[in-house]
Amino acid sequence: MVAEFGYGILAVSFLVAIYSVFAAVYGVTKQSAAWVQSARRSMLLMFPLISIAAAALIYLLVNDHYEVAFVYEVTSRSMPTYLKVTAWWGGQAGSLVFWSWLLAAFTSAVTIRKWDRDIEFLPWVIVVCSTTLIFFLGLVIFYENPFARFWNVIGNIEPHMFAPANATLFTAQDGRGLNPLLRHPGMVIHPPMLYLGFVSFVIPYAFAMAALITGRTDDRWIRLTRRWSLWAWLFLSLGLVLGGRWAYDVLGWGGYWGWDPVEIAAFMPWLTGTAFLHSVMIQEKRGLLKHWNMILVILTYDLVIFGTFLTRSGVLSSVHAFANSPIGPLFMAFVTLTFVASIALVIWRWPSLHSETEMKSMLSREALFLLNNLLFMSVLVVCFWGVIFPLMSELFTGQKVTVGPPFYERATGPLFAALMFLMGVAPLSAWGNSTIQTLGRAMWKSALAATIITVVLFFTYTQNIIALIGFFLIALVLLVTFQEFGRGALARQKTQNENFFVALSRLMGRNRRRYGGYIIHISMMLMAIGILGMEAFQIETQGTLAQGESMKIAEYKVVFDNVASWDNNAQEVNYTRATVKIYKGDQYIGELHPRKDMYFSGQPMSIPGQRSTMRDDLYVLLVDWQPISSTAATFKIFVNPLVNWLWIGSLLFFVGVIFAAWPDRDPAEEPSRATRRVSHTSAAD
Amino acid sequence: MKKSLYILSFVFLVSLLFAGAAFAQSSTPPTDDQVNAVAHKLYCPVCESTPLDVCPTDACKDWREQIRTMLAEGKSEAEILTYFEDQYGARVLAEPPKKGFYWLVYLLPPALILAGAVILFRSMKAWTTVKADAPNPVEATSAKKDDYVARLEEELKKQK
Repeated sequence: MVAEFGYGILAVSFLVAIYSVFAAVYGVTKQSAAWVQSARRSMLLMFPLISIAAAALIYLLVNDHYEVAFVYEVTSRSMPTYLKVTAWWGGQAGSLVFWSWLLAAFTSAVTIRKWDRDIEFLPWVIVVCSTTLIFFLGLVIFYENPFARFWNVIGNIEPHMFAPANATLFTAQDGRGLNPLLRHPGMVIHPPMLYLGFVSFVIPYAFAMAALITGRTDDRWIRLTRRWSLWAWLFLSLGLVLGGRWAYDVLGWGGYWGWDPVEIAAFMPWLTGTAFLHSVMIQEKRGLLKHWNMILVILTYDLVIFGTFLTRSGVLSSVHAFANSPIGPLFMAFVTLTFVASIALVIWRWPSLHSETEMKSMLSREALFLLNNLLFMSVLVVCFWGVIFPLMSELFTGQKVTVGPPFYERATGPLFAALMFLMGVAPLSAWGNSTIQTLGRAMWKSALAATIITVVLFFTYTQNIIALIGFFLIALVLLVTFQEFGRGALARQKTQNENFFVALSRLMGRNRRRYGGYIIHISMMLMAIGILGMEAFQIETQGTLAQGESMKIAEYKVVFDNVASWDNNAQEVNYTRATVKIYKGDQYIGELHPRKDMYFSGQPMSIPGQRSTMRDDLYVLLVDWQPISSTAATFKIFVNPLVNWLWIGSLLFFVGVIFAAWPDRDPAEEPSRATRRVSHTSAAD
Repeated sequence: MKKSLYILSFVFLVSLLFAGAAFAQSSTPPTDDQVNAVAHKLYCPVCESTPLDVCPTDACKDWREQIRTMLAEGKSEAEILTYFEDQYGARVLAEPPKKGFYWLVYLLPPALILAGAVILFRSMKAWTTVKADAPNPVEATSAKKDDYVARLEEELKKQK
């Protein structure tokens, strides 16, 4: 009953979405405000409708309705209720509903704002958002229906929405349960964060398309969606970081990022989104790059759709999987269609997107931002090609290949280094004009200090050239950024007679975006310290120890104490937990408990024993053991230097984005670029 | 450090080769680290994107044992990688081998990036030369106000 009800509601929302597109277009062609209002109201109806459908699905999940195929696949009786709820996005069909629900929520939030002078955007924003919704709801209704139930059709159990002829409903005793790997708290929050990021990027895209269609191609659409883009970017970044943390804690291979296609799928819209956040500033300040910003927002939107598809369906794992999955070709068709249509719009409006000013110097802020964009696009090219190539290879040679971490690391390493260098230079450049001399004057102190730090590190910490280059760049960016804070605050202190800290806080408060951006730069450098530590200095060793025997790695000594196994029938898992004693030099520093969980379903899970400090993480994995005598066990031990900085950096990153995105005043009140152009050499911002 | 591990195991393997198969059999068996160093460069066809050295499945465990046996027989890392590639196809390697069609994976991104760079620099050149022909009045004022403090002050005033 509830299943039919939920499905019915989804079908109604699908129809309402189609209606809202129709009403919006009709309203524009007939110039009828009433029709546009009707489109808006039907758009507003989407959120409660999909919420009801989602509630129905959650009801089925929580109450063990194993006649529903989706419920059977992602839950089991032994799962706690909160996991049953979050199993909503634990499978493809449910996560498509989740996606639609978020999009409906965001679109509603957008449509209830005061539109005033932007009212002409409204119908087209509705058209874009509703079209996206129609696509996702269509997938759910026709192909990936979370409400489909099991039917016994002459001895065969098949999932269908409605009873086939001569069939009886079949209810399974228990569900298969959520993949244990996904039961980690990180995995509970990570997908919604990622999806929040994905879906929020639809809004800037919708406004961009509305701007193109209406011909209001000034930077109004950018101003209207600036916060959306920042929030989207924040959630996407958090999604990525949480995913990394989850991998580090649960997957048991000693790292947080494996250049897996699924990870890259979430990383690609982040790349274009980051480029977009930078390059819109050029348009706002200087009226340049209007075409390019359009292309970036289109790319981000389509990479979001592509990413949604890649992360959940697994159909890109082989040509066959793609061809056999009904939704693979549909997703590709949707991505291609929206991409071609959007680019066609850009070409149509090409003349009106001309630049308002010229580039003045190859070293101006805008020129450096362009370089930044080139680098982000380069990383994107590497990632996209790396993800697609195995399919290409299978298609053209019949041979599958792996494109693994060495490929990505080699290709993106120098690009990231160049990006860091830009991060050190660009904040010192001025809009409009900069020369080698002005840049050199601004930079030399920081560059010198960074060099000294690097030399000190050479004698005290490492002789690894790549690591030293990395540390130099990190030091340079940090120093330049601190210098920017200091210089601004000192200047203000002088002119306003405030004490340094008051001056600093007022300065930052007056220009949240600029200083929020700098906080984000600092956080990125902290993260870079962690990444560099892992890339350059991670060491590992593996060995089998008898009880009381020890193994050395770096300055640590690991002594095997004991290992024990027991079943937890309620959780349907067998735990094996080892105890090892850790010594640093000869000093005892504590115990660690690496664990191997073997789910009765056959899924293994390695939970590392971790000892985390700012200097390094000792990360011990239980690989194998003698099951009966328990007198020996095999351990794999990693020393992961500096990795904690990555997590600390991500916390600061969060602070930085919140600082930059925090609503202060209505952007409409800001002086427009046109009135400011007279004095556009302003360095601040 | 990782590299030095590889070099160490490589040196070890080379010395095994020189010692000859007969001696290699009797010398110390390969350590887990030596096995993992080779396994790290392999991917089994089932566990996608998980390198063999950290893959928890039984199939991968068998592969690692096979690597151990081959190391004990005195096979070099290159020989072992080639063996697995011949047996299971190019997909077991961490990267496509540099031959034939596979060159595309290595050549296309740099080509595209280069093309992007050329386009970018050409258009930047074009923009900047336009400016040189028609002097912009803004520029004259910009030189005077180049002083950072003045600019910042002005900006803050504007934001009040």
